Amino acid sequence: MPELPVEIPIPTPHQAVFIMVAVATSVASLLVVTNRNLFYSALCLVGALFGVAGVYVLLEAEFLAIAQVLVYVGAIATLITFAIMLTRGIMFGTTSPNNRHMFAVMSMALLVFLLVAGLVDRVPWAVAEDLTLSGDGKSLIVDLGWEFVTTYALPLELIGLLLLIALVGAVMLARDDE
Amino acid sequence: MLLKYAFIFILSGFALVLPLVSIVAGAILGPRKPDPVKNDIYESGLNTIGDTWIQFRAQFYLIGLVFLVFDLEVVFLYPIAMAYGRPEFGMAAVLVTLLFMALLIVGLIYDWRKGGLEWQ
Amino acid sequence: MVPLQAYLTLAAFIFSCGLYGALARRNAIAMLMAVELMLNAVNINLVAFWRYGPNREDLAGQTFAIFVIAVAAAEVAVGLALVIAIYRSRKTVYLDEIDLLQG
Repeated sequence: MPELPVEIPIPTPHQAVFIMVAVATSVASLLVVTNRNLFYSALCLVGALFGVAGVYVLLEAEFLAIAQVLVYVGAIATLITFAIMLTRGIMFGTTSPNNRHMFAVMSMALLVFLLVAGLVDRVPWAVAEDLTLSGDGKSLIVDLGWEFVTTYALPLELIGLLLLIALVGAVMLARDDE
Repeated sequence: MLLKYAFIFILSGFALVLPLVSIVAGAILGPRKPDPVKNDIYESGLNTIGDTWIQFRAQFYLIGLVFLVFDLEVVFLYPIAMAYGRPEFGMAAVLVTLLFMALLIVGLIYDWRKGGLEWQ
Repeated sequence: MVPLQAYLTLAAFIFSCGLYGALARRNAIAMLMAVELMLNAVNINLVAFWRYGPNREDLAGQTFAIFVIAVAAAEVAVGLALVIAIYRSRKTVYLDEIDLLQG
């Protein structure tokens, strides 16, 4: 058998799953910003958010994956769909979905990606030697809850206040007054 | 490590492949004789009434808002409830949780008083 | 094991998509969706650094990610309500047509 000039690494199952999830998420998020029909964009956004939940599972942050599906896919995507349906009247215009800075912005975003992707390989990240997690998923959630009521008690209350203000403000803005 | 998710992964593979096989097989094997009556859009056996892309009412959004806020409350309260069994979970932690819940309930009461939950 | 760099590159890609969408799209709802993508990319970074970092007992990465989700939810709620209010009064959701303050 002839030797190949470069050695093609065979991915482990974990890596293979990561590659699939990453490609699906990337394609979905690219479609979100390029689709002309806003409703299809919203559907692709749901796909991308599911993909991010899959990434959390691969990173063994299971509670975060559940929270992602619950909040983003369950509530935020639904609200976005409602808002699209509410402003449906002008969806099928012949005007361009992008503004006049489109190509400048596209090259800038590409530049940002190349810059960050190039930097990521060069920075010596302080990665731990031993990557096994101590404890199971349940003890992780218990620790998370304990952190919420001790270390992060003030941020938790602030989030509660923020949600209260957001709810009141959004109800005031969106209510039909007639 | 991630082996416990292998089952879900295999299942979703099957869930994707099985309908795809039947759709593709139907498209390849089935005879195709279109006529205007066959291609007509219908809904539950009847002709559709009105446009498909109707404009929704703002009411849907107001209900969705309350859902979003209490969805988030679940996300925060679930780990706290899991931590409740800890021996060091004292009165201060309970008060923190109650204050958090009270803040969101104030929002619900406001929405209720403003009539955001009533369906006109 | 997947290297940390792979997660960071994926996050960088999603962030760039969001950046393009947030700046180039004319529809306000499309812009909000792109902002959601950017926030998700940041969350991936936070969780990846928690998972690969030397101190996994410290749950700051995950806690921050959950707080980011909560703030994003509040932002979407108010943002979409603004879009609906503007649509009701001006019959447009295109950002370059909302130029009342430009004189």
